[in-house]
This record gives sequence, C-alpha cells and structure tokens, in this order.
Amino acid sequence: MPDLTTNCAGIRSPNPFWLASAPPANSGGQVQRAFDAGWGGAVWKTLGQPIQNVSSRFGAINYSGTRAIGFNNIELITDRSLEVNFREIYETKKKFPKHAVVVSLMVETQEEWKDIIKRSIDAGADGLELNFGCPHGMCERGMGSAVGQEPLVNERITSWAVEYSTVPVLVKLTPNVSDVLPHGLAAQKGGAHGVSLINTIKSIIAVDIDRFVPEPRVGSLSTNGGYCGAAVKPIALHMLARLTRSGEFKIPVSGIGGITNWRDAVEFMLLGASSVQVCTEVMLKGYRIVEDMIEGLDEYMASHGFDTLDQLVGKAVPAFSEWGDLDLNYETIAKIDAKKCIGCQLCVVACHDGAHQCIHQSKETNGDATRVPVIDESECVGCNLCKIVCPVPDCISMVPVDNGFAPATWNQHVTEGLPLRPKKGAH
Amino acid sequence: MSKPIPTERSESVFSDFKHEYAPHQAAVEANRCLYCSDAPCTKACPTHIDVPEFIRKIATENVKGSARTIFDANILGMSCARVCPVEVLCVGDCVYNAMGVPPIQIGKLQRYATDQAYEKGWRFFEAGKPTGKSVGLIGAGPASLAAAHELRRMGHACTIYEKREVIGGLNTTGVAPYKMRADRSVDEAEWVLAIGGIDVKTGVEIGKSHAFEELEKKHDAVFVGVGLGPDTRLGVPGEELPGIHGAVELIERMKLGKLPLQGVKHALVIGGGNTAIDGVRELMVLGVPNVTLVYRGQEPKMPGYRHEWSAAREAGVSALFQAVPVAFEGSGKVERARCVRMDENKKPIAGSEFNVAAELVLMAIGQSTLGEQLASLGHRDQKGSGRHRRTRCHRAQGLVRRRRLSQRWQRSRERRGRRQGRGAGHSLALGRQKCLI
Repeated sequence: MPDLTTNCAGIRSPNPFWLASAPPANSGGQVQRAFDAGWGGAVWKTLGQPIQNVSSRFGAINYSGTRAIGFNNIELITDRSLEVNFREIYETKKKFPKHAVVVSLMVETQEEWKDIIKRSIDAGADGLELNFGCPHGMCERGMGSAVGQEPLVNERITSWAVEYSTVPVLVKLTPNVSDVLPHGLAAQKGGAHGVSLINTIKSIIAVDIDRFVPEPRVGSLSTNGGYCGAAVKPIALHMLARLTRSGEFKIPVSGIGGITNWRDAVEFMLLGASSVQVCTEVMLKGYRIVEDMIEGLDEYMASHGFDTLDQLVGKAVPAFSEWGDLDLNYETIAKIDAKKCIGCQLCVVACHDGAHQCIHQSKETNGDATRVPVIDESECVGCNLCKIVCPVPDCISMVPVDNGFAPATWNQHVTEGLPLRPKKGAH
Repeated sequence: MSKPIPTERSESVFSDFKHEYAPHQAAVEANRCLYCSDAPCTKACPTHIDVPEFIRKIATENVKGSARTIFDANILGMSCARVCPVEVLCVGDCVYNAMGVPPIQIGKLQRYATDQAYEKGWRFFEAGKPTGKSVGLIGAGPASLAAAHELRRMGHACTIYEKREVIGGLNTTGVAPYKMRADRSVDEAEWVLAIGGIDVKTGVEIGKSHAFEELEKKHDAVFVGVGLGPDTRLGVPGEELPGIHGAVELIERMKLGKLPLQGVKHALVIGGGNTAIDGVRELMVLGVPNVTLVYRGQEPKMPGYRHEWSAAREAGVSALFQAVPVAFEGSGKVERARCVRMDENKKPIAGSEFNVAAELVLMAIGQSTLGEQLASLGHRDQKGSGRHRRTRCHRAQGLVRRRRLSQRWQRSRERRGRRQGRGAGHSLALGRQKCLI
C-alpha cells in the first residue's frame, strides 16, 4: 500500500491534496468539511485587512458544450474579520491536528506582516503562504502581483516573513511575468522554505457581445481577472518545470494551476511538485472530488511501484530539456489501424488543411471499408495532428522508424557537425 | 389557392412520437457531432444536406445559419426532419455506429433548426431574375413544391396544378400524424410558396379538366410530380363490402377530417410495408380495441422499416404473419375476413383457412405506379421511364434528386466535369432540353 504522506517544505499532511487559497478555503466550516471529505491540507483564503467585494465576481469559458474549461475571478482576499478567521483556524487545527492548515497572507507594511504572522502562528498555522500573486484589485493597492513582479520587493518581504515566522514559509508566485525563474530565486534568496505556483493569470474571460461589456460584469463595467481552471494547466506545468529543472532553484514547490483530477496531480508531481493545490475544480464540483484523487494516485503509485511520494516527485524533470537538445534524427510516422477506423476522415482534413497534406482519402471511394484513409509515409512528418483529432482510441499511432541516421541534436549539429536526416514535407 | 383544412380532425389526438429538442438538449447533441469530413451522413441524405455543417452551426448557436444550410439543400427540410427514415439514411451511416457509440440524432437536430426558422419567421431565398420561361408542375405535393421553389430561385415562372382542394400532397394527406400533422404540412407549403411567383391552381385534374397537351403548349417545361396512385386491391370476393378501404384513402380521411370508427372492435390492416405499419399504429391510437396487421410473409421479411415495426410493436399492435385474406364476408358490411395460411414461399397452405373478425379492413398492399399515373394524365409514355418527347417532361424523383446543389458542391462538380472533358451536366437548365433522370 503506497504511503501518501506528504512533506512539502516541512509542512506535513496525510496526502498531497490541498485546497488552494480561494473561496473553498474561506471558512472553518468549509475547511473542516473538506478535511472530512479527505483533503490533506488547506491554504486558508488570504488574510489581510478585510475588503469589500463586487458582484458579480466569476466568469467562465465553455468549449464545445463543456462548461467552464477555463474560469476567472475578480474576487479579492478575505472579507471576514481577522478575529473570526483566526478563531476558526484554531478550531480547525484542534479538530484536525494532522491536517495541514497553511495560512495565506497579504498585508502592506513590515509591522503588519509581523503582527499577522504572529497571530496566524498563534492560531495554529502549520505554514504560511505569502500571496504575491493576485493579479487584480490588490495589485492596484501595491500588494499581490505588484510584489510578485518585483524580485527585490519579493525577496525583502519574504525575508521579513521568514524572520518573524516559526513555521515554514511558502511564497506564492504570479505567472504574470515573462520568466518565473528570477522570481522563484528571489523567494529562495529571501529565505522562503518553498514556493507555490501558479497564481491566476491576468485575463479577460469573455465579452458580453450583446451588452458590449467584458465579463464578469459589474453594472456597466468589468475589469481584468485571474484566469484558472483546467485550461491553464499547461502554463502552470511549464512554470513549475522552469523552476525545478533549474540547478539554482532548490526549494520545494507546491503545484497549482488547472489540477482537476489525480492524473493532473501526478503530472505536477512528476515535474517536481511535492504537494498540489486545487481550487477551481472544487468550486465547480465540490470537495467530494478528492476521493477519486486519492484513490487514483494510490492506484497509480501501486501500479508503477512507487511506495512514497518522494519516489515520483520530480521523476519527469530530467526529461524536460531545451529544443536544441532534441534528437533531430528521431523519426515517427503515423499508422492507421484499419480495423478501428470509423471513416470520419477527420485526420484527412486536419492533415490537408492543418499539417503536411500526407493523409489522403482512399482512391476507391465506394463502400465503407475504403473510407479508411491512406498515409503517404514518404511525406508524413510525424507531427501527431492526425492522432490528436482521431476520435477512436489507439486507432492512429505514431510509430518510430529507423532512417539509418545516428542521433543528432541541433546543438551537436552546430558544434560537432553531426549529419541530419533529409527533411520531409518541406518541398 | 389551397382551401384551409378542417380544425376538427381525427389526427388531432396524436402527439409527437419523437419529442422536439429544447435548446440545451440540441446543444448537447450537436456538440457530440465529430464534424466528419466527406461525411457519410451527407452522402446518405437524398438531398445531400451538409449535415456536419448544420450541426456545428447549432453547436455555435448560429441556428439561423444552420437552418439556411438545411433549406439551401432541401427547402422541405422541416417536414423531412419529421418524416425522413433517418435510421436507414444519415443516422444509420453515422460513424459513431462503428464506434459502438449512439449515433447523432440528425433528424431531431434538423427539426430543431427548421422549427426555429418557422417560429421566428426566418426566410432565406428570393426569386431569381425573371427568365421569361414558365414551368407547369402537376401535383402540389413535396416534389412539385421543392421543384417550384428551386425554379423560382432561378427566375422561372411556375404554375402548380393540383386536383385536390388542399396542397402539400402526401405530406398533408398521408404522413403518420405522430410524425407530422396536416396543418404543419400546409404551413410548410405556404412557407415555400412565399417565395412568390408560384401560381397554385387547386381543383384542377390534368387529364380530366385539362389536357396534358394544353400544359405542354402553355409552358416551356412540364414537371410531373404526381406521386403514386390509388391503393391496390387484393381482388378477392367481398372486397367491395362497406368497411373495407384502401389504407392511403382512409389515412387521408383521418388527416383531413373525422373518421367514424363507432362499432369497430376489430380492425385488420393487410400488408407488411410502411403504410401498413402506419395504419395499425394509427387505428390503435384512434381507439380501435383490436388492431391486427396481416402479412403474407414472415416477420423478418416485412418490407416496412424495422425501426418502424419495432415502434409499432412497442405501442402494442398485434400481427398475423404468413396469412392472407381470401374473402371478406358480412351482411351489408364487412364482419370477418376469411384467411389462409401461407408457407415460407408465400404459397397458400391447402385446408388452412380460418376466420378473423373485422369491422374495418385497410388494404395497404401498394399503390398504382407512375406509368399508370402518367397514362391517367393522358400521357403517351406509359412505361414510367420518365423520358418523354425531347425530354421536356421530368419525372419527379429524378428532378428532386438532382436539384440544385449547394454552391460549393456545384463548383466542385463543375471542376470535376471539366477535368473529365465535359460540362457540368447536372444543373437544371431550362431550354437546354437536358434529361434530368
């Protein structure tokens, strides 16, 4: 039986699934219900000077009938008094001593940081998360992403927090930067025990095309919000891996961004996250999704022979490299399993219009059997597009071919003159 | 113009067999469509509607565009959505079938888009620039309506000659009311005619009140859209007894008025085709306690659609297979059918005769053919080949099948035609004397 016990930057929890600092972790009642449902930890919705929110606050993108593949919000930090929050943190920790309660914080002055950190720890926080990422509202007041986008400010405030804290400090990074690495390194330099990423992405989720106002609409105006949900996962994975493959960056990461199920969580862990945080999917489906996340991770670890999370965290990091290190002589071509093909010809149109015009309709066009397309292997560049559009599982596979050329990367080609195979589809 | 149909009709008690989609239901179904290229559903459609395109337009909430795509290929898209046997055409060819996934409900989606067009009053087509040519169309059924609409888009003047007082042909008088009621068909006919420039003369029977030659003299082309003729009879003793009707004839009476069924406890529908299946389902809903389909062959060999028969079975009809009436008996009106058992080769088994009670009998064993129809028009070609005298007379089905294709299709066909060293041979060109069969 695999052990899901988690230690992220010294913050321990029974499993790696934490609620992210957001509406699902807004109150003691919610967090306690989440722990009952199986969540291993929660990052309490950011504490600071309680704010006044607008209505409405959320927007979503639907795609091909699937609701909310992407989500955004213009909600700010807690709107409840600090006293109430701290009391509920205390009660929660008392009931769930083994679960991780990390308190997210966002204040302005050094004095305020000192005070709020002390009170958080007194309430029982197992760790702190410095919210340097919020891309709307708070940044206009000089907090949130306004801090996260300035490495020197990030480093300084981090160092204050680390100085005042007796529990681990995570810095939550913003994705609204051209390169996340200097910001991760700034947190590390400031003494942070770990970072969490990503916060939400600055965004306009949609425009109401009848009212001519972006969404979410507040009266007759809107503003940019923070983008999250399933659609942002690729951006988050890249930023995570950007840090974890860097030799300079050495502290643990709590992964956030589009995690909806155990598979997503495994992907984050393989790229180096030692815990994962979830918000949007919980907002859409409720705390109950954690049951499947735990079961799925457990089954995955057992089937791959992992006993502890340490064994899988970061396992895919060495395989994340640069383009110049890829083998240009590695070659695949598409093969269609005629028995599985249903004749939709989506691959034909995709290859013709969107790729290299090497999949053709069968010449004999009468009868069902001949609707199986034909691949011109001498032209197929192995791009994957046909496999991506094919609706039938395992009908199209990308098969490696031996072209007689030894492996050669672009870097090797430039520096050592290694020969490259002839190009395909480039006439 | 068409006479309004009565508001009191037997068919009014029927409700739709396939329910209409609400917008959210249509959206779920439309989003399942794979948007196939060179799609089998479009190929299976006799009017070559670009099915993936109209479905995608529903998915993107461009329902008006969806309706335009449908009507551009088939102006009768609304009634076709209801009556078309999609199970053996587009839906039957949906690639999802090969995946073991339920096929897309193309008929219901088409109904959704076309119903919206009627509801919202969308119109898409205008009459073309007048060409000075005129076409006479015999019959105001689906074929003539579609052909006339197409001809008007090209600018030809049209006159439709209809022997009945109501228009819409079989769509009005023959479609099973759980698929479409007569008023809907008349609405459709009026919607089609609203393109303008189509003169409809009702109560005019070519071959009787007017000679076929008269039409030929008057018009540059004549379109024969007469459909099939009267119900065929078995030719057995007692068949003239009151209470024995042709199925098509009785269905027409039910659709256009009140059908007196008092005292009918047992009804027999003779035949195994789709009209017979419609007949039994209709009589059941109209309250006849015992309705039995009598077919001379075996159940799996019924010519009617399997899906239609399954639905009738689910509705609770009973059937008598491998049997055929040899006589009808009764005093003053039919009371029973004398039937004989048939062997596997549909040959009577000697000594197997038996009686079945019947106060009502519907003959659904076929209708007279086009050749006979043409003969009744006073037309010289009685073979039903559709070609006649410099090919100016166009058989309905052929013309409808080769109706104007969508622009894209038309262009691709022309290109293909040029490559093969011939012109685009499929356009409907009046005055060029093209055979359209």
